[in-house]
Amino acid sequence: MSVFVSASGDRADLAAIRGRSLWDDARRRLMANRAAVASMIVLGLLVALAAVGPFLTPFPYDQVNKQDVWVPPLTHGHLLGTDALGRDLLARLLVGLRVSLAIGAVATSVSLAIGVAWGATAGYLGGAVDEVMMRFVDVLYSLPFIFFVILLMVTFGSNIVLIFVAIGAVEWLTMSRIVRGQTLTLKNREFVEAARAAGLGRTAIVARHIVPNLLGPVVVYVTLTIPAVILAESFLSFLGLGVQPPMASLGTLIAGGAQDMELAPWLLVFPSLVMVATLMCFNFIGDGLRDAIDPKDR
Amino acid sequence: MLRFIGRRLLVAIPTLFLVITVAFFMMRAAPGSPFDMDRKLSPEIEANVLAKYGMNKPLPEQYVDYLAGVARGDLGPSLKYRDKTVLDILQQNYPVSLRLGLSAIAIASIVGVSLGVIAALRQNGPADNLVMAVAILGVCIPTFVTAPLLVLGIASKLGWLPTAGWNNGALPNLVLPVTVLALPQIAIISRLTRAGMIEVLHANYIRTARAKGLSETTIVRKHALRAAILPLVSYLGPACAGLITGSLVVEKIFNLPGLGKFFVVSALQRDYTVVMGMVIVYAALILLLNLVADLLYAALDPRVRLA
Repeated sequence: MSVFVSASGDRADLAAIRGRSLWDDARRRLMANRAAVASMIVLGLLVALAAVGPFLTPFPYDQVNKQDVWVPPLTHGHLLGTDALGRDLLARLLVGLRVSLAIGAVATSVSLAIGVAWGATAGYLGGAVDEVMMRFVDVLYSLPFIFFVILLMVTFGSNIVLIFVAIGAVEWLTMSRIVRGQTLTLKNREFVEAARAAGLGRTAIVARHIVPNLLGPVVVYVTLTIPAVILAESFLSFLGLGVQPPMASLGTLIAGGAQDMELAPWLLVFPSLVMVATLMCFNFIGDGLRDAIDPKDR
Repeated sequence: MLRFIGRRLLVAIPTLFLVITVAFFMMRAAPGSPFDMDRKLSPEIEANVLAKYGMNKPLPEQYVDYLAGVARGDLGPSLKYRDKTVLDILQQNYPVSLRLGLSAIAIASIVGVSLGVIAALRQNGPADNLVMAVAILGVCIPTFVTAPLLVLGIASKLGWLPTAGWNNGALPNLVLPVTVLALPQIAIISRLTRAGMIEVLHANYIRTARAKGLSETTIVRKHALRAAILPLVSYLGPACAGLITGSLVVEKIFNLPGLGKFFVVSALQRDYTVVMGMVIVYAALILLLNLVADLLYAALDPRVRLA
């Protein structure tokens, strides 16, 4: 009787110990990282502000106000002041944040899609196909980034959506290298062999067994690609090639603010602060994710 | 070693050839032409201009002509700057970018490696936290924010340094642009060095070195640093190429006659030959610096065999 009880007790204990998957562990480690958690909260707030904020500001972002030019912050109802055309900085900042975050999301998705497909295909097929595909990446790597972007821009015009896509279409190279490297280590593992033995086609193996298993490093790299993309758009805007006025992005606001910084320093300071805060959040989250998913470097 | 270098240089030729091919056809596929003016050229004049530059021939033929020119070391005339060849433009503007880039890389390496080592030796201490906080900031603040702020503070308000201009590369004119270029690199280099050092300091051979009573300075200088900067070497290759071919933002803000600005203007004006010339320089530098990085790698890590 007592034996029976203890045996069932053991079984109950076993049931209580739930298996911890790799992702459970990673999430636990991520949640223990204060900088990463704080960054996620701040970033969440920024995203919410960018999504809702433009509807709540008292002035539209493109409303020109001849009598309120270069008003300093906290005057005439302009919380953050106005620019050279009397447009409300707060409204422009919120719209700019929205545009920059959208660029980050869209361009990164494009680079993710191309990079993962390209890298996984090259890595899985191997041989001559791999050689050709990765040599192509090498060649593109050797071309200056700005060369592509300018050519894509002049070919497709400065349509805002195309700027997003153009940046993404340039940023996929590193992603494809990471994915290929991961695929090479994965493709000879037992579970892939098992899938092959079960008669699964190559496309299905890559899509259902390889790609889900290489997501760890990819997720980390994505959080580092988003700030890179936001920066890239800002550089383009700074050169006058990015988002066109009256639309705003963090880059155009900073570029404009830098021109008028001696007369109206707030035009440079506030957009720079928002930009730095956004990029810092992504960097901290990226670092946290890397430590969480790949703990060997801690 | 020599055979390795020779083989790598041989492999670089087809890569360079592919780069030229891709860039040539991409450039030509873009709409617009170098001879688009505000006032439209009459068809006769346009035909003459095109004939002068051999652009009336079919595209494949122009491509072959161009390749033949490159093989002879002739990058052709600029299509926008009359009576200047591409080589003239490169010779005039390249030294500026080279000087800026090399100074920035040198300063960034020295400062970045020192900061990284200090941070790693005091891991999780206040010095480490400070260095890492600065490093995060350095990565996150774009150059087009630091540059105007430095100009406003140090040059305009305090008047210590000139706000802009090249002035034949006089030292005061170099300080601010080099600082702006070096800051983000310092951030990245110190992070890479710190990560490398922390990993290496846990290695068995460092424990051995400690056990035989070597001083901490000797351990760091002679044993740890050498292995710790390996990841840095592979980073510095492409980073170097990017920096010494010119940073358009810095050149624009400080009004410097470097390559970066030329590159953007030429691409926008479809000055095909100038853009191609710069693409070739950039690609050749990337290939060369990657080779140098591999050689350095082998020199630093005796386990690496060049094959």
